[in-house]
Amino acid sequence: MNLPFAFITGSSLLGAGLLFGCLFGVLLHRGGVTDFNVIVRQFLLRDFTVLKVMFTAIVVGGVGVFGLHGQELANYHIKPAMLLAVVSGAAIFGVGMVVYGYCPGTGIAALATGKLDALVGFLGMLVGAGMYALSYDWMAVHVLPVGNLGKKRLPDFATLPEWAWYLGLVTLAAGVFTLVARVEQKRLAQPRGTQPD
Amino acid sequence: MNSSRWNPYLVGALIGVLSLLAFSLADKPIGISTGVAQAAGACAVPVFGSVAVAENTYWSKKALPAWDYGSLFVLGTFFGALGSALVSGSFKWSAMPTVWQERFGPSVPKRLLAAFCGGILIIFGARLADGCTSGHGISGTLQLALSSWVFFLVLFASGMATAQLLFRRQPQA
Repeated sequence: MNLPFAFITGSSLLGAGLLFGCLFGVLLHRGGVTDFNVIVRQFLLRDFTVLKVMFTAIVVGGVGVFGLHGQELANYHIKPAMLLAVVSGAAIFGVGMVVYGYCPGTGIAALATGKLDALVGFLGMLVGAGMYALSYDWMAVHVLPVGNLGKKRLPDFATLPEWAWYLGLVTLAAGVFTLVARVEQKRLAQPRGTQPD
Repeated sequence: MNSSRWNPYLVGALIGVLSLLAFSLADKPIGISTGVAQAAGACAVPVFGSVAVAENTYWSKKALPAWDYGSLFVLGTFFGALGSALVSGSFKWSAMPTVWQERFGPSVPKRLLAAFCGGILIIFGARLADGCTSGHGISGTLQLALSSWVFFLVLFASGMATAQLLFRRQPQA
């Protein structure tokens, strides 16, 4: 649908991309997620910064986009659920994210803060993207169509009203954040050196 | 380092607001890995030739090597983080994260080789899944997309398993 406030079109999209990207870069750095240690320790469940940043972004952005969409001020942009491709891609991504210590966005932001390993990993990203481009024709025939459910959203699978899903999302986030706060408090109360690894 | 950090919940909320602006003003979700694939296409021109890149299905249909909203967003992410690091005085050249050194020792080549391989894996995985921690992990999950929640959960499961295998502290020998 046509969005009344989507006045950024044509060539002004270029400036908007640069500006929004800049703000994203600032936020990734200030959030502390441009740090290898923060990201790897998240996967070891010893630091919950990544989860806090991501889940808050999902809740605020999610409830907001739901509201905007209801007022016809935002379109949904849903990626197709090509299950084999998404599951195997995410599994490969998870291994890479721990070995590299960053994801694509935080890696680029980290190299901008002087991390040379992030820079070398960025070169790896260019190579990896080239490998994917060269194998795309094969993937398009053999992998992408397998288990492709199309551009489905979670509300498509249950006859709950849309707002109930978002209420569920907010409740889930509140539960996760409470749990994280409890774990952090417990660790803080333990004397140093006795923390279980 | 710590003085440059803001409350993670505040940062998350601001990324959520940034998402809203991108959705409503530009009709574009936040995403990174397509822009990286576009950059790879630009770098591939001198390697494979411009004809080969133009004829490649992926680069011609999915990630055109050109300056557009997506590729400039990636460039912006670089400059935003650079500016933030310089302003807060936390810009520092380093190649060795402490968690890596504690586990794998001080060898810089070893760390850089791992980073290079990890970089290959994340972008190959992200392009196969059609999104990364930004496009799926934030923009997709917030729209309750099935593909994105599958990505998010499998990514965390795979990352936690990998971290356990690689970084679980070994008993001192």
